Amino acid sequence: MVYVIIKELSPSADEVIIVTSSLMKDMTSKTDMYRANAIRVLCQITDGTLLTQIERYLKQAIVDKNPVVASAALVSGIHLLQTNPEIVKRWSNEVQEAVQSRAALVQFHALALLHQIRQNDRLAVNKLVSSLTRGSVRSPLAQCLLIRYTSQVIRESAGNTQTGDRPFYDFLEGCLRHKAEMVIFEAARAITELNGVTSRELTPAITVLQLFLSSTKPVLRFAAVRTLNKVAMTHPIAVTNCNIDMESLISDQNRSIATLAITTLLKTGNESSVDRLMKQITTFMSDIADEFKIVVIEAIRSLCLKFPLKHRSLMNFLSNILREEGGFEYKKAIVDSIVILIRDIPEAKESGLLHLCEFIEDCEFTYLSTQILHFLGIEGPKTSDPSKYIRYIYNRVHLENATVRAGAVSTLAKFGAMVDSLKPRIFVLLRRCLFDTDDEVRDRATLYLNTLGADGTVEDMKEFLFGSLDIPLVNLERSLKNYEPSEESFDINSVPKEVKIQPLAEKKAPGKKPTGLGGPPPAPPSTIDAYEKLLSSIPEFANFGKLFKSSAPVELTEAETEYAVNVVKHIFDGHVVFQYNCTNTIPEQLLENVTVIVDASEAEEFAEVASKPLRSLPYDSPGQTFVAFEKPEGVPAVGKFSNMLRFIVKEVDPSTGEAEDDGVEDEYQLEELEVVAADYMLKVGVSNFRNAWESMGPDCERVDEYDLGPRENLAEAVNAVINLLGMQPCEGTEVVPSNSRSHTCLLSGVYIGNVKVLVRLQFGIDGPKDVAMKLAVRSEDEAVSDAIHEIVASG
Amino acid sequence: ESCPSIKNILLLDSEGNRVAVKYYSDEWPNNSVKEAFEKSLFTKTQKTNARTEGKQFVFLFVHSHLSFSSCPDKKYHSLTFHNVFIPFLFTAEIAMFESHIIVYKFVQDLHFFVTGAENENELILVTVLQGFFDAVGLLLRGTVDKKEALENLDLILLCLDEIVDGGIILETDANVIAGKVASHSIDAAAPLSEQTISQALATAREHLARSLLK
Repeated sequence: MVYVIIKELSPSADEVIIVTSSLMKDMTSKTDMYRANAIRVLCQITDGTLLTQIERYLKQAIVDKNPVVASAALVSGIHLLQTNPEIVKRWSNEVQEAVQSRAALVQFHALALLHQIRQNDRLAVNKLVSSLTRGSVRSPLAQCLLIRYTSQVIRESAGNTQTGDRPFYDFLEGCLRHKAEMVIFEAARAITELNGVTSRELTPAITVLQLFLSSTKPVLRFAAVRTLNKVAMTHPIAVTNCNIDMESLISDQNRSIATLAITTLLKTGNESSVDRLMKQITTFMSDIADEFKIVVIEAIRSLCLKFPLKHRSLMNFLSNILREEGGFEYKKAIVDSIVILIRDIPEAKESGLLHLCEFIEDCEFTYLSTQILHFLGIEGPKTSDPSKYIRYIYNRVHLENATVRAGAVSTLAKFGAMVDSLKPRIFVLLRRCLFDTDDEVRDRATLYLNTLGADGTVEDMKEFLFGSLDIPLVNLERSLKNYEPSEESFDINSVPKEVKIQPLAEKKAPGKKPTGLGGPPPAPPSTIDAYEKLLSSIPEFANFGKLFKSSAPVELTEAETEYAVNVVKHIFDGHVVFQYNCTNTIPEQLLENVTVIVDASEAEEFAEVASKPLRSLPYDSPGQTFVAFEKPEGVPAVGKFSNMLRFIVKEVDPSTGEAEDDGVEDEYQLEELEVVAADYMLKVGVSNFRNAWESMGPDCERVDEYDLGPRENLAEAVNAVINLLGMQPCEGTEVVPSNSRSHTCLLSGVYIGNVKVLVRLQFGIDGPKDVAMKLAVRSEDEAVSDAIHEIVASG
Repeated sequence: ESCPSIKNILLLDSEGNRVAVKYYSDEWPNNSVKEAFEKSLFTKTQKTNARTEGKQFVFLFVHSHLSFSSCPDKKYHSLTFHNVFIPFLFTAEIAMFESHIIVYKFVQDLHFFVTGAENENELILVTVLQGFFDAVGLLLRGTVDKKEALENLDLILLCLDEIVDGGIILETDANVIAGKVASHSIDAAAPLSEQTISQALATAREHLARSLLK
């Protein structure tokens, strides 16, 4: 007991010499328990110098016959590795011996310590894993550790070897038949988490997990459902076999299990099972808590987007649950889902808008009502019969609180502005609003009546009333604060439209995902959204249309240079914008008016149309400058561009941070930049290539054969073609087994113009090193299929 | 790190108050944060039916710690011990809470919880829970309720100490854990290995009577 107290109090070693010396005596006592506990306590309160004194005893303890003592020493070693790694590393011989111990847990602890000591040495870990997978591991805990280390080894060696069967996969598969459940589960989990795992490799793991699904123990069911849920995100077909077992789990006592089962079924379901699922979910929803409900809603939303034909039943379901009791977050999630469905599925628009209208009739959340009214204002006038929504909106004007009333007035006015036939009736309604008790409502009604009724050009008036405010709110607020009341009125045009562009935020580390139960992974185009926002905020580029693709940043300078520049290529339909991210690494310099002079003499199809300079680039604060080129629309033009950075440099006094007044013009040569065919291709994978291939149809298919000439090996040729086309390999077909004479590679992508493309490549080696390739392309547009062949022929 | 690690082990009473807890992670920096966690965890798990279904009665063998070295009617005594009934939640329940995984078991008025990271192997957590649960059962000699736990708090704390050290699992076998704890305490009343046979018999009879009267 005394030991526990000492550990809790954790004094530092020099404070309590008496304690430490008596502990050291205990370490060599006859009673094993005292030895073990003394070791643990000492190691917790020790510092470097004391540690060297007791090191001898610790080394002896590690190989002690008594397992309790050995475990104590090993576990203390693991803790000490954080603070005194060099000392602990000297014990590796003893630890190695302990790994061979007969006592089960000693082996476990020794393995953990040895791995931690050697974890930076990949070869050593590899050797450790190989020797133990062949040898015998006595405790289930040690076996689990071994499985984890094995997956680590597999992960690290994936890049190097091209073998068909991964190394150690057989070991993992063998563990699936171990006695202890924790080992079976750990192995199944490890297999599902392998990089680029194929369906063949997954099958044994999924079979085992399926057995767990019907276990009597909730923990096993939970573990299995959670793992299958993760697998369903990437390999839904592999999980479909378990659907029947999962349907029975929907009524499980443990709500977490039930929710996970439902979301998995929603991911793996096909069209015919959707109706059945919906019925089951309806009874289920009333049982679970709000946070689970939100997870289910999001899963339903993705399901609806996957099967747009089922929108009617799914939309009915959403509106039904919208009517029931629920918290704000929950209802907001439902409304958001309905809005997204309306936006993405045109056939669902009318019914969706009607559902939303019925909802605002007795919605208790002002925020939601105003959002829906605003949305109605945008979408309603575009429908075939806008007048039917007027009644719902006008009722809001009478029945709700001031905020909602004001929102309703704005919406009515939008209808009036967009739909001429309704204008006179809207005027009548708006005139009635002039007598409202709230001043905001009256003001808005007056404004709309006057502007809509006046004779002005329709477009101007609409822009004035309903156009979005270009000016960032932050700047507006700042300017308003700085404005002092004077003779001149506040000029809104004087507010700067530029915002200091924030560096695009890093994605949060995977360890801290905020969603509760297996939320969907962050969508890949999230950086595209950020780029899109950035580019559309710049007026010169705002009318280029939709951003098709942004490439990854390409370095244009070497490391450790004075100015670091990388470029991102943004591809639009008829334009290309180069975004140069510049960083000034010289503290004594301030750069101003930074532009990039681009020489497009080797890119005939491009013509420069605009360039946006960067006004100021101080030390260590990255900035962006843009150059836009026009190119023939729809044509995947390629070319080389040479770049030169031009700027005015001003000396900065490092102590004060002030820059001098005059500067010197200077230039800095950057590397060349190329726009290639792969830039026009978005990497988009498909989960079932065969289905997609069949549904694409052979009308736009083009097949041709090419001789790639002598290559180092098949893998190199495959990689070269994949990089040339810039498409996404599917079903793990980019991995070429070594020593194979032929290989089939399946690629998919989306070409500019939003054309889906699927490519099937068949490679063969004849002769010593000659590689021949047969290319079959299917897409929705034959011109695109031809273009793909062009790329390969010229590449 | 890839070594399986435990974040905390909690033993709460039927209202969610602490009986014995041990934290092995810095995620809960001070006591108020810890107590808030315990309270909300307790409320959440009360809602799930961890207690209503699956209540089964199980035999608990207590004989492993009694030394029957020179007792002639050894067999008779061990037979007596077979008849100690204890209400028991047979299966462990599991839940996700604040991006941790919690496995838990309830018995009488004590609630056992083990917390691990989101991506931890749930079955390892259950093994730790089971080890803790069974070891406490052995140490309290079958009467696993709040009063006994509080009276033998030192045993419980020692038990916690022997299961996990700084987050790393030390031992999961309940018999070994209870054995280590028993050899720690020099207290006369606690360890079973130091009592004489008749004393142990008396204690057992007492427990039997108590549980039959409940």
